[in-house]
Amino acid sequence: MKVIFEKSVPGRRGLDVVDSEVPVQADFPAALLRDQPAGMPELSELDVVRHFTELSQRNVGVDGAFYPLGSCTMKYNPKAAEQVAHYPGFSYLHPLLPQLPKGETLVQGALEVLYETERLLSEICGMAAFTLQPLAGAHGELTGAMIMAAYHRDRGSKHKKRMLIPDSAHGTNPASAAIAGFAVQTIPSDHDGYLDVDALGKALGDDVAGLMLTCPNTLGLFEPRVAEVCRMLHQVDGLVYCDGANLNALLGVCRPGDIGFDVMHVNLHKTFATPHGGGGPGAGPVGVAEKLVPFLPVSVVRKRQDGSFYLDYDCPKSIGYIAPFYGNFGVILRAYAYIRMLGRDGLPRVAQNAVLNANYVREKLRPFYDLPYGQLCKHEVVLSASRQAAVGVRALDIAKALIDRGMHPPTMYFPMIVPEALMIEPTETESRETLDAFIGYMKEIAELAKTDPEAVRRCPTSTPVGRLDETRAARQPDLAMR
Amino acid sequence: MPFIANTDAQKADMLAQIGLTEAGLFADIPPELHCGALNLPEGMPEQKIRRHMAKLADRNATGLMSFLGGGFYDHFIPAAVDAIVSRSEFYTAYTPYQPEASQGTLQAIYEFQTAICRLTGMEVANASLYDGGTALYEAMMMSLRITGRRKVLIDQTVNPIYRTMIRSYSSNLGVEIMELPFRNGKADREQIARCLDDQTAAIMVQNPNFFGCIDDYTDVGEMAHQRGALLVVSTYPISLGLLKTPGAMGADIVTGEGQSLGMRVCFGGPYLGYMSTLMRHVRQMPGRIVGRTVDGQGRQGFVLTLQAREQHIRREKATSNICTNEGLCALTALAYLSVMGKEGLRQLAQVCADRAFYLQQRLLKLPGVSLRYPGNWYFNEFVIDLPERADAVICRLLERGISAGFPLARYYENMEKSLLVAVTEKRTKDELDFLVHCLEVSL
Repeated sequence: MKVIFEKSVPGRRGLDVVDSEVPVQADFPAALLRDQPAGMPELSELDVVRHFTELSQRNVGVDGAFYPLGSCTMKYNPKAAEQVAHYPGFSYLHPLLPQLPKGETLVQGALEVLYETERLLSEICGMAAFTLQPLAGAHGELTGAMIMAAYHRDRGSKHKKRMLIPDSAHGTNPASAAIAGFAVQTIPSDHDGYLDVDALGKALGDDVAGLMLTCPNTLGLFEPRVAEVCRMLHQVDGLVYCDGANLNALLGVCRPGDIGFDVMHVNLHKTFATPHGGGGPGAGPVGVAEKLVPFLPVSVVRKRQDGSFYLDYDCPKSIGYIAPFYGNFGVILRAYAYIRMLGRDGLPRVAQNAVLNANYVREKLRPFYDLPYGQLCKHEVVLSASRQAAVGVRALDIAKALIDRGMHPPTMYFPMIVPEALMIEPTETESRETLDAFIGYMKEIAELAKTDPEAVRRCPTSTPVGRLDETRAARQPDLAMR
Repeated sequence: MPFIANTDAQKADMLAQIGLTEAGLFADIPPELHCGALNLPEGMPEQKIRRHMAKLADRNATGLMSFLGGGFYDHFIPAAVDAIVSRSEFYTAYTPYQPEASQGTLQAIYEFQTAICRLTGMEVANASLYDGGTALYEAMMMSLRITGRRKVLIDQTVNPIYRTMIRSYSSNLGVEIMELPFRNGKADREQIARCLDDQTAAIMVQNPNFFGCIDDYTDVGEMAHQRGALLVVSTYPISLGLLKTPGAMGADIVTGEGQSLGMRVCFGGPYLGYMSTLMRHVRQMPGRIVGRTVDGQGRQGFVLTLQAREQHIRREKATSNICTNEGLCALTALAYLSVMGKEGLRQLAQVCADRAFYLQQRLLKLPGVSLRYPGNWYFNEFVIDLPERADAVICRLLERGISAGFPLARYYENMEKSLLVAVTEKRTKDELDFLVHCLEVSL
């Protein structure tokens, strides 16, 4: 398929721009102007629509196929949440309006959404307060790490520079901690897939600023000693960060704040059903315990006694601005609508069904794949294809064989502590029929790996392109059309 | 139960098959850590939530005739853009980790990278960043990595919100950030010459700047390069339909806010940060990058590439912590630029500039109204000084349904009477005339 710029026909137009209507012209000196027009495609509107329709047909989304991408919670994105986010009363609202004199009166509906979403998330997570500003999960991690740094600085603890992170953590954890100015120390996992508490104890010291822990962890396991771990950190005046990427497993069952976590982020595009957009926009709100509230980013939405809302910019201990405004408002709207649709009774059922679906897949696949950590899991299960790899069929090959069977593969090769990892997160929105079909394919592929491994290694054959030459892409980078 | 497929009977059967009970699913969580019922409202059926949200939306003033800009602009959005972006094959997919199942997203990103390179006059672009402010911060960090230095200069005509963000992000990093005062609304070359030294990693500027002034930073680039520093330029993409590219000025890194390329202002997001640079700096660039390659049969295809820079490989040594970016917004920008096309984008930029110029000329005829920084060229935004406090005028015009602009005193000292006025192609000549009339009678 051609690149859109290759389809360009000189002189063809997609849209008539309005006339200027005014009797004067801004006659800029040539020195301020570009030499030639920017080389955008010259196409009719139909050409453009056909191009992108064809591209969309070369893509797999949750609406089209089962998408059990572990750690990403690819649940169904309700259409009502999508629709309300497009209401003109929200989408045409300029973010600088509240900064005009009396501007808050112009945006009461939007401020109410922000305020209520913060309250809902605080209740769901057991935290004292939330900021909705972080624009993605990793951005939330960075915000949380900056809050931890500000807390220690405020207490005069300049020596607290070490951040502890388990070896099973998402790569964004150490990267975010480093960017917030911390030195990262990795803590190993034990034989059962849990944080090695003895190793943690040895690593603790006065210079430890905190620990970043994913809960449930990236193996889909609930850390049995997590409350004790929080207490150990608190004893050295360390803070405990909860990577909330896996919050779907805990909704209405268990709250990170009650466990003892001091600060956490949630991914609205995972747990709260907002679409992933082919890689964003997401949103990564951050919740904090009482002692960290003064350090939240500016501005903070507050409610007056008369029920009106306003933005508070007077936050002297705040870490400052981490986003231009109030977060990815369009994403927040969808999440707010989702939470309100599910409500008190719906949210716990999300966790129950997500966990049931993951454990169903785990038990049904047990005969065919290795389960290095085979105990009760939460929202996701991590298999190992090492049995298949022994006969030359790797996790990657199994993933490609699933694509040929019309399903998106699980996350591969993560967490790194599991060889040939396949991390499966079915989510609660998938039906038993879909799970059974997936289990059937996984079983079939495992059989095929024994009888005809080459047939698995040849996959995918049903896609517009086969396996691509990634080495060539990196060695001879072609990153834009000339 | 909405959005959960399995019936109670199915669940009971599934539990029986795996030898568990409903309570057993959470037996691994110590009993003392189980929370009771959440203190949340009851759920709402779809019909109710839509009414509830419509009521909230009605409590926002979106019917204003708006002259607010400040880096975030209300441009016209062709229907084809919305139609393309609402295809759920795009918006319900995730990061294209499986290239064979994600060629749509990957090719679109490659095309987006191409469009950004062509718009900014640079050699390579990434797949997007969160917004224009974080993009500028990432450019600063990139300049530190490239030069091995720890000091940056940032002109005070750069969007004050971005400067605030950069200060927040840098608080733990030991970076020396010098903010340079401007002269007559533009970057002061003497200040730059005085502050640039052999420890300076970059000088960061904006075009058009926060006051709407158009500048040519070619000389600033030369000054920077002589000292081994980089030129970083933050841009407004619509203006690049017309204006000299940062590439032609000798910029090393270009960033910008892509919201005006087909996205609504949406109370602050989602927006689109973009970044482009020179090929020799690509391995220091943050974020995802897509490359074109071939499959085993020689067919063209697209993959995420140069991933050795990224957090999932490098962890704490990565160029950035960014993972999820603004994929759908990048697709929106690409669809917008494709519908506008080469000539459409140029015309659009000219229409915005013409209307702003007309409004400026008419406003300057009002008694007591003057151009704050005379003698400069403006794109679609400019600063006027009013005979009284801008806040008071804004309030009076809001009562007439007009949001007349932004009061600069919020971010700058001694500018109580200054108003930043923005014009897009959505403001008709009649509306420009109406603003002039209302201002005339209210002053």
